[in-house]
Amino acid sequence: MLQKNFAAAINEALHQAMEIDQSVICYGLGVTDPKAVFGTTSNLEARFCSDRVFDMPTSENAMTGVAIGAALNGIKSVMTHQRVDFFLLALDQLVNSAAKWHYMFGGQNSVPITIRLIIGRGWGQGPTHSQNLQAWFAHIPGLKVVMPTTPEDAKGLLLASIFDPNPVVFLEHRWLHNTVGEVPDGDYRIPLGQARKVRSGSDITIVSMSYMTVEAIHAADYLATQGVSCEVIDLRTIKPLDWCAVFDSVTKTGRLLALDSGFTTGSVAGEIVARVAIEKFSELKAAPARLAMPDVPEPTSPGLTKGFYVRAADIAEKALEMMGRDASEVRRDIVEPIPHDVPGEWFKGPF
Amino acid sequence: MSTDLSLKLFRSMYRIRAVEEEIAHRYPEGKMRCPVHLSIGQESIPAAFAESINTTDFAVSTHRGHAHYLAKGGNLNAMIAEIYGKATGCAKGKGGSMHLIDLGVNFMGTSAIVGNSIPIGVGLALSAQLKGTRQISCVFLGDGAVEEGVFYESVNFAAVRHLPVLFICENNLYSVYSPLTVRQPKGRSIAKMVEAMGLKVAICNGDDVLSTHNIINNAVTEIRNGSGPQFLEFSTYRWREHCGPHFDNDIGYRTEDEFHAWQMRDPLCGLEHDFKQMSSSITKQVDEIKAQIDTEIIEAFDLAESAPFPMQSEAYEGVYA
Repeated sequence: MLQKNFAAAINEALHQAMEIDQSVICYGLGVTDPKAVFGTTSNLEARFCSDRVFDMPTSENAMTGVAIGAALNGIKSVMTHQRVDFFLLALDQLVNSAAKWHYMFGGQNSVPITIRLIIGRGWGQGPTHSQNLQAWFAHIPGLKVVMPTTPEDAKGLLLASIFDPNPVVFLEHRWLHNTVGEVPDGDYRIPLGQARKVRSGSDITIVSMSYMTVEAIHAADYLATQGVSCEVIDLRTIKPLDWCAVFDSVTKTGRLLALDSGFTTGSVAGEIVARVAIEKFSELKAAPARLAMPDVPEPTSPGLTKGFYVRAADIAEKALEMMGRDASEVRRDIVEPIPHDVPGEWFKGPF
Repeated sequence: MSTDLSLKLFRSMYRIRAVEEEIAHRYPEGKMRCPVHLSIGQESIPAAFAESINTTDFAVSTHRGHAHYLAKGGNLNAMIAEIYGKATGCAKGKGGSMHLIDLGVNFMGTSAIVGNSIPIGVGLALSAQLKGTRQISCVFLGDGAVEEGVFYESVNFAAVRHLPVLFICENNLYSVYSPLTVRQPKGRSIAKMVEAMGLKVAICNGDDVLSTHNIINNAVTEIRNGSGPQFLEFSTYRWREHCGPHFDNDIGYRTEDEFHAWQMRDPLCGLEHDFKQMSSSITKQVDEIKAQIDTEIIEAFDLAESAPFPMQSEAYEGVYA
């Protein structure tokens, strides 16, 4: 298996899907421009022609409806937006039509569309280029919500999403696009609705998604040096959520720390805490906890985002507290990277 | 204009009117437990459409969609059963009056959200273009939908991609109780505005069913031959309240005089009047058409009333395909 980055894995999945199935089309603002949506749509137009791969008017709502209508006649659209926030203009089509079509017409047809949305963070993305709205999408019956973390999962889950008969909101975190990992060749699909155990452990279960899983792994590695054994569950699919994986792990560890890249109130992490408290209360050795973004818009200035995000230190500190351990040394041991507002040296802005 | 075509248009208009009147008549019984938006007064446009379109062509419509469903050839029994919430309904009781579908005739669905089905119809046109078929896609909308952003987005994309889509705008002057005068600038023509966006357009008095047919038929033919998208605007008038079975001229948002002026021009009555001036064999044919439709409608209501409700457990099924 070749090492590839996340963006290349997305690109490979798109090539694969379009090659396998003539009915797959790909469109969105910028999919054919020189930057090709961070490289994720590179060479698609050259290979599959402009009928099937095209740039579009800045009409998020109508173009979602176009995908729905085309889907009703057997076309599988993969629509891409460079930020989640832009797609909010399309909520009518997503919520009132795509999500409900199969149900409200008695199951006669369905809407197999995939909507790729990219989540921004840092470098001044600010209030309207950085929202993690997975909880919103997961709230709507009929939608599937996917959030891959690794390049392998990005490819496997995107192929599964494209060939799923339901509308799928596929959320890519911009801070993951340059992460590298092994990516299986060919038509590689990972079933939706299955979480992945990233770390096996016995003391505490950390449930996470998307970029937060990277922070969770850093925290788990640190906690291991402190004698705390973490089990890290990467959800991969937010809806339908793999409750078995969560419950099994919590039954084993007796402790739950749910992470979320979105706002705290109404978060997926909150739902996980609730369900675990309701269904596995007797298994718990400590009150379940969650760490999510504060209930404020993400500010723009790097002066304001310092210490703003949930990072490995926050996770490690909370985990130690839940273990009844002293956490006073954590912030000495894990410091926020400098600069704090980019995923790594590779990111030079602007978005 | 052949008598044959006139009779077909009459039949189609009468059938829609009679179905809607029967719904209005029985609605107070409380057995049709969903909102209904009747097309009484607006039948000429769907009737003209019915005589112009192929079964394989696509159509989508709105909350006021009974007439379009029937005009496309949608199954009457399944529609009435759906309004009664029965298992035999066209959406198995999940949709009701505002969510009608008959895939057997490519009537692809109706939406309760103003403007919502417009891009879906455009997407169906894109699919036909991608597949290289000669199908066209028809989008029914009202004057209110023209005020939604998605309308402009959809028209624009249809023009950009030269899609085989026919927009049919039934301008009935009111969005619920809000008159056109408070919603759009005085003197603006919807069709002219759309023409400026790059579509071929036509404006027609919907009371003139023969001209209405002529215009729809021409547009369908041209689009099928590659003209690209077209937009047709028909003036028309809904006789009853926005939602429900009653007349509502008394509540003050429009005048009794306005209503009567439109009712006087009713194309259904006009055609029937014309037929009565013709031979007795025509009169006989008209009577037969009406009797046959009346029987069909009574049967549809009897079937709907006697059909079972869906199982309660079905409420929880079918969220995902």
